Amino acid sequence: MTMEQWVYPSVYVKEDDFREGRVLYTTWQPRLFYAWDRGTAIGRFLAELKQGRIVGRRCRRCRRVVVPPRMFCEHCFRPNDEWVPLADTGTVITFSRCYITWDMRRLEHPQIPAVIAIDGASPGVGFLHHLGEVDPEAVHIGMKVKAVWKPADQREGAITDILYFKPMTE
Amino acid sequence: MGMRRVAIVGAGMTKFVRRALETGPELAWEAASRALASCDLRLSDIDGVVLGTAPDAFDAVHMKGEYLSDGAGAWRKPYIRTYVGGGTGVFSVIQGWYHVASGVFDTCLVVCEEKMSSHIPHPQGAFITIFDHILERPLGPNLLWIFAMEMNAYMNRYGLRKEDIAYVAVKNKRNAADHPAAMLGVRDITIKDVLDSPVLAWPVQRMDVSPIADGAVAVVLAADHVARRVTDKPVWIEGVGWNVDTTYWTNRDLSYPTYLEEAARMAYRMAGIKEPRKEIHVVEPYDPFDYKELHHLEGLLLADRGKAPEDAATGRFDRDNENHPDWLPSSPSGGLLGVGNPIAAAGLMKVAEIFWQLRGEAGDRQIPGNPKRGLAQAWGDLMQIGTVVILGV
Repeated sequence: MTMEQWVYPSVYVKEDDFREGRVLYTTWQPRLFYAWDRGTAIGRFLAELKQGRIVGRRCRRCRRVVVPPRMFCEHCFRPNDEWVPLADTGTVITFSRCYITWDMRRLEHPQIPAVIAIDGASPGVGFLHHLGEVDPEAVHIGMKVKAVWKPADQREGAITDILYFKPMTE
Repeated sequence: MGMRRVAIVGAGMTKFVRRALETGPELAWEAASRALASCDLRLSDIDGVVLGTAPDAFDAVHMKGEYLSDGAGAWRKPYIRTYVGGGTGVFSVIQGWYHVASGVFDTCLVVCEEKMSSHIPHPQGAFITIFDHILERPLGPNLLWIFAMEMNAYMNRYGLRKEDIAYVAVKNKRNAADHPAAMLGVRDITIKDVLDSPVLAWPVQRMDVSPIADGAVAVVLAADHVARRVTDKPVWIEGVGWNVDTTYWTNRDLSYPTYLEEAARMAYRMAGIKEPRKEIHVVEPYDPFDYKELHHLEGLLLADRGKAPEDAATGRFDRDNENHPDWLPSSPSGGLLGVGNPIAAAGLMKVAEIFWQLRGEAGDRQIPGNPKRGLAQAWGDLMQIGTVVILGV
């Protein structure tokens, strides 16, 4: 006796059967709108981005400096203590070259998402952003990068006030 | 610990397919009714029901747990829906286990269902909300970003070769060719096929990734005294573990799954396992990507850090390589890469595979040597949760 008898043979609907309406289906396209409060820590972080600055939070007990900032230390589980100005430079700690969009369309030029450890924060601590002005094949872990900001009058207090990070000239 | 012994006594599932004609409740019913039939139980013998399924956004059905409840056998019963991302399939068994171990129920039906095909053109659209809505979504991410970046961090840390990682995709898709529920079993696939497949998000290529799917799986849990009455081959739940890491994923080292090590240590402790590499005979680590199977084997302490790819290349994890000095068959089912990845159902499929392997009922996939103890593991949320179940006979 094997497990095979306990497998139900689901009916596979092929892409063409679906697209050409050989099976019945009903569709719905939601239109949803949300307004998210930015809160205390991220609110300040974004306000500082608008001024062209990156800030983090320090916990005096464990001495970690974290970014994105939060008002508590999740390790010590206590309020953290102070705002810390950070540099707008950092190190690529990982990255990808992405050739597709979320709906699996092909991109001719890859997007280069990266996690950038920000100078002044604890080692290995940073945030997600894009890399730009760089040969995709030349990107490597450990690469030093610097933020490229939107012009001051176009900043709106959003993560996109940084356009991308680019390699620092060596 | 003052808890009752709990066994898995039955299992059933549906075939995994890219788009199923059946609805979610229909898939749940097909799996649940087969699991009950496999151990000659009726719904009236079941005290409570646990259901695992992914976010409501896949189906755009609010209260998906209730939507699926009738198909899952929950009518007028204590019922709970549980969800911890990709970790759900294994966690649902943990939740069923504590229902029974606690003495609250003598029997529990555990059902996992996923229908990913409803969201068009691609369920990735529903996944985008995994990213932070203020700091990450404005950057236009897609789900592959985080896995590509984790894979890159893993490869960079240990200087790993893509061909050694690709071996896992080959092994699993070959194994799946013997699974009657598989959507992507391929007997003659080669490493070159994987390395030549289109780059999606480097280092992730098309064949490094498991296919999205529709499907359902169910298992029946019973307390000691019921299990012995129902079957002469109960498969005992000997250990369970689960653990979550920070959601600030850009603040942690992605090259090693510490949270999984914590979950594994919890499960090993409960099972009284001191030397997992000797005491675990078969393993089903979560493999939505080929590198994840290896990453997880390391986190489960079943391979040295950064060495799992090398081990794989020696055939250590092959299903039938019993002459390997450190043989540990891994994903004999064919895993998510081969059988398919209907998220919650895929995790429970792994538990069902260990159940069938330990009972000698895995058919053409049966590993030699009468395995006595196996481990199933899943992983999910924002690359941050590990769920582990250890089974034994």
